[in-house]
Amino acid sequence: MLAFLTRRVLGMTIVLAVMSFVVFMLIGLMPGDPIDIMIASNPELTPADGERLKRLHGLDLPLWERYRNWLGVALSGDLGFSRTYNRPVLDILLPRLGNTVILLGLSSLAAIAIAIPLGVIAATRPQSPVDGAINLFCFAGISVPPFWLALIFILLFAVTLGWLPAGGMGAPDACLFARLEFLVLPVATLTIASLAGYTRFARSAMIEVLRQDYIRTARAKGLGPARTVFGHGLRNAMLPLTTIIALDFGSLFSGALITETMFGYLGMGKLIYDSILGNDFNLALVGLLLATLVVLIGNFLADIAYAVLDPRISFRALEAA
Amino acid sequence: MSSIAPLTGAAQSEPPLFWLRLRRSRAALVSAVILIIITSLALLAPVIEFLLGVDATRVDLFNQYAAPDSTHWLGTDEAGRDVFVRLLYGGRISLLVGLVAALGAAVIGTTIGLFAGYHGGWLDTVLMRTTDGVIALPLLPLLIVLAAIDLSKLGIPEAIANSEMASLYRIVFIIAIVGWTTVARLVRAATLSVRTREFVRAAEAMGASSAKIMLRHILPNVVSPIIVATTLSIGVVILLESVLSFLGLGIQPPIPSWGNMLTNAQELATRAPALAIWPGTVIFVTVMAFNFLGDGLQDALDPRSVRR
Repeated sequence: MLAFLTRRVLGMTIVLAVMSFVVFMLIGLMPGDPIDIMIASNPELTPADGERLKRLHGLDLPLWERYRNWLGVALSGDLGFSRTYNRPVLDILLPRLGNTVILLGLSSLAAIAIAIPLGVIAATRPQSPVDGAINLFCFAGISVPPFWLALIFILLFAVTLGWLPAGGMGAPDACLFARLEFLVLPVATLTIASLAGYTRFARSAMIEVLRQDYIRTARAKGLGPARTVFGHGLRNAMLPLTTIIALDFGSLFSGALITETMFGYLGMGKLIYDSILGNDFNLALVGLLLATLVVLIGNFLADIAYAVLDPRISFRALEAA
Repeated sequence: MSSIAPLTGAAQSEPPLFWLRLRRSRAALVSAVILIIITSLALLAPVIEFLLGVDATRVDLFNQYAAPDSTHWLGTDEAGRDVFVRLLYGGRISLLVGLVAALGAAVIGTTIGLFAGYHGGWLDTVLMRTTDGVIALPLLPLLIVLAAIDLSKLGIPEAIANSEMASLYRIVFIIAIVGWTTVARLVRAATLSVRTREFVRAAEAMGASSAKIMLRHILPNVVSPIIVATTLSIGVVILLESVLSFLGLGIQPPIPSWGNMLTNAQELATRAPALAIWPGTVIFVTVMAFNFLGDGLQDALDPRSVRR
């Protein structure tokens, strides 16, 4: 167990280190230098002041040395300030992270809660019209551009029918319940984006499981169809599904970025997007790293769920994998 | 499995069997027809533009948001340009990006998959851990960063970096360098099983170089998963292109793409909802057709797959 944890934490650290280096280098290639922007917006600063400021902040050094300096300061616990908000980046990121976690959590739960029954229904009636309809729905779900789906939802439910707000968050101090109406459309968009993939995997995993000998044994000993499918089938079919859902966290976050931007939902995806476009490089960098960390922790939790669901898998087996 | 029967048998019956299997999938056939129609229309865009007597690039502020009529089949947009002909020109860009970026990703993925699967050992471990790492990343924010970097800071000449087509080259490139993971995994898996077959052993015994074995003996036997994965990834690429262009980071106007035609759609949603509906519908239908085609090809190309 301890060896497993050590291995995973080490792996995550490597991914984060590589990611921070790559993103730092890429951000160094972005147009618009923060000091140049500062000079452009303040007529009292001369280009000579700009040079001095750059030297003061170490911005005249080569990228590689700037990364080393940044890493040293970051590892000592100082992740720096946001240029546009003038506040420590974590103060801005953490509340946004909370909002994103609410959005992601609700839509993953909804997607899983709908995908499993749909997958089971399709798998127990292969080639039937119901299976065909679910299959068509799945293909539609993986083919629809998520931002366009959000646009259609806004057109239909906010503009035409006027049932729900087109975007925003509600009063900042309101409780989650009061903000519910602002969550409906974003959660629905994100749910549909991941639902289709989950349903297809649930169906194929279930079909695979239903062909196994222990299912025939269960039927032969007189177990009813419901108990065979749910008692013996589903638990085994959940295993490959857990892996798929774990691998999907990254694209789920990408989906959150689109959804948050479309609905003006103040989450981390929108913050990262805005900070990249607004030349707030430090905020973008730390935001991207935090998003990566969240995704990696999601993967890690899914691995643990896998071991809990499958008594045959011990942590020792995970260590070997 | 005997070593002779499947070789001769499969080699002779594969083409007709493939077509028989593909024909059985109605969805794949319908999709192929739809894709042929969309592609032909896009290729014929200048001809159709001429026949209709419109100019897709001409801004006409006295004819904004015109309703569909016999000249402007789908009406005009916020700048008075013809929506239908712009959709066709946008299709050229979106399909081109989809095709080229998917092929680029397939080349990268195939190379990585072949090396990992054939050489095994530490190379396999490093390549596959990297692949897993890339799959797990939140890719869209990374793509946004890649789309926002200043090409001239990379040492690319200003003339190219600031040219109108730069956004096209850039999006093809950045999608290809993140989109290879599926192909790499599939090719590696297929390579692992082909590697142990007798003809590979024979080639090794005769002293063929590893490059020759990978290209001449393994690659032809792993073509099926490459074709399927590439077809499916064209759809994914078109979706990625559309979202990046929609966010203003992909194909830059005035070049139309299905994605950037939607850029202003959100603000204009109340005034001209049709402007939001048409480009999105075309993206949706095209991506769905590529997905159905890929699915049908998978069933047709993989003899072990049972319709279930």
